[in-house]
Amino acid sequence: MNPFSYERATAPGAAIRSASTHGAKFLGGGTNLVDLMRYGVENPTALIDVNHLHFDEITRLPNGGVRIGASVRNSDLANHQIIRTRYPLLSQALLNGASAQLRNMATTAGNLMQRTRCYYFMDTAFPACNKREPGSGCAAIKGFNRIHAILGASDQCIATNPSDMSVALAALEATVHVEGPSGKRAIAFQDFHLLPGDTPHIETSLKPGELITAVELPAPKYAKNSWYLKVRDRQSYAFALVSVAAGLELDGGKIKSAGLALGGVAHKPWRSLEAEKSLTGAAPNAEAFRKAADLALAGAKPQKDNAFKIELAKQSVVHALTLAAKGAQA
Amino acid sequence: MSSPLCTELEEPLTPSSDQTTPHAEGEISRRTFVKAAGLLSAAAATGLPRLAHAEDAQAAAATAPHTIDLTLKVNGKPYSLAALDTRTSLLDALREHLDLTGSKKGCDHGQCGACTVLVDGRRVNGCLTLAVVAQGAEITTIEGLAHGDTLSPMQEAFLEHDAFQCGYCTPGQICSATALVEEHKRHDLSTVSFVTGQTSTPELTENEIRERMSGNICRCAAYPNIVAAVRAAAKGARA
Repeated sequence: MNPFSYERATAPGAAIRSASTHGAKFLGGGTNLVDLMRYGVENPTALIDVNHLHFDEITRLPNGGVRIGASVRNSDLANHQIIRTRYPLLSQALLNGASAQLRNMATTAGNLMQRTRCYYFMDTAFPACNKREPGSGCAAIKGFNRIHAILGASDQCIATNPSDMSVALAALEATVHVEGPSGKRAIAFQDFHLLPGDTPHIETSLKPGELITAVELPAPKYAKNSWYLKVRDRQSYAFALVSVAAGLELDGGKIKSAGLALGGVAHKPWRSLEAEKSLTGAAPNAEAFRKAADLALAGAKPQKDNAFKIELAKQSVVHALTLAAKGAQA
Repeated sequence: MSSPLCTELEEPLTPSSDQTTPHAEGEISRRTFVKAAGLLSAAAATGLPRLAHAEDAQAAAATAPHTIDLTLKVNGKPYSLAALDTRTSLLDALREHLDLTGSKKGCDHGQCGACTVLVDGRRVNGCLTLAVVAQGAEITTIEGLAHGDTLSPMQEAFLEHDAFQCGYCTPGQICSATALVEEHKRHDLSTVSFVTGQTSTPELTENEIRERMSGNICRCAAYPNIVAAVRAAAKGARA
């Protein structure tokens, strides 16, 4: 691990100023950053500890929504009464991620900044990785790519976003609040993470020095009917091959509105507006769910080792929507 | 001391001049680093041609550790650590600097749980926690669970149920399980709670225990006995 200076920031302004130093990074729970530093993948020269900025509250908003502070720990978020009762989809997604120890450390903002688990990105023995070294190539495209993307990939990068939390936030239409050198702004969740294109090293729409301060959710629609389904090689403590966050707002035997996003399939949490639209107004049955699944996976393109993911994802969408419709967790 | 991190720290740095004052651990002091960095920026600011010693300073600035003085409160006792390399994990601080070797290093990447300690009562991976981040927190290690010669209920349960073979993962397992009982008492959920539909006050079934302990790997696969021990200790805690 390369040497780095450490600063415990006590105000957002100071943290943002310190972060303008070349090579500086914000430190949240450290579960991903410190790990990648130990692998030599991340090499910050300065860590700005942003755990003491009082961004650790979860509060109800006047519009019926909720504001989640950037440094709220994943375990606290999953178990907060507001989240458990009004956004169980988010609780369930969070509790499907990592281990109890890591969830106790990981923060809301840090989870949004998680980097891919592509083996070639994480192992500096492979020189070709456009994320680590822009222009160096992609070892995964010709390598073993069973866990890689089937949607939205480019010929520069086929990595996936590993977060469970973000898949739920995509389906729940979250907004990310940030503060930076030129003030505060809000970013719609679907605009926060980026597809790889020709710049896979740029993963979010954050500008240099911008600090995530909170995530907001609109008033809940799916409290009664939601499900987070995670399909993985191990029952627990493993990243998703495919995951689905499904929320249904049911009214008189019809779907009034739907939220649907997939994890493990793309460089960003893959929300399908087309699938959500096709579900809206339909009866919650197998036919409607399969149609939504086909729409969500339209345009899917497999790599040589992961063609199985396409049908797996479709069946996972149908299964998650079926369980959501049942109100299995109410 | 076979980990890359420790090896790196043990390697004596070769100071370029008498400006450096090596510490006992072979680290370069912060004062030296600041001097070196200052020299560099001064040269840059005046636009002077780079001097040989400025290049030396640049090399030193790139590789010299940053150090910090801090106090860690472990098992109720404060410990002062002078000029600790900022890269030091909480796990290494405990083991290599404070001689509290109960917490174990397994993977050093947050995957095995052997390093599990309690920070302000919460179970965390000591290997991914930087020591500097743990300043001001109450840290509890396996050494702090017993009261004198009286073992904690979870320690007793592990003995009673023979919940280990080689024992290497055991300190982490016990710290983790100790926190699990507290989490369950306040009705925290797991992903299993959603599958069973027990999303208010989940019962601590075998499946719940296995899910909640999944951050602790046991190479000897003593899992059935670990589950039995956790279950027994949790039952005792409720009684």
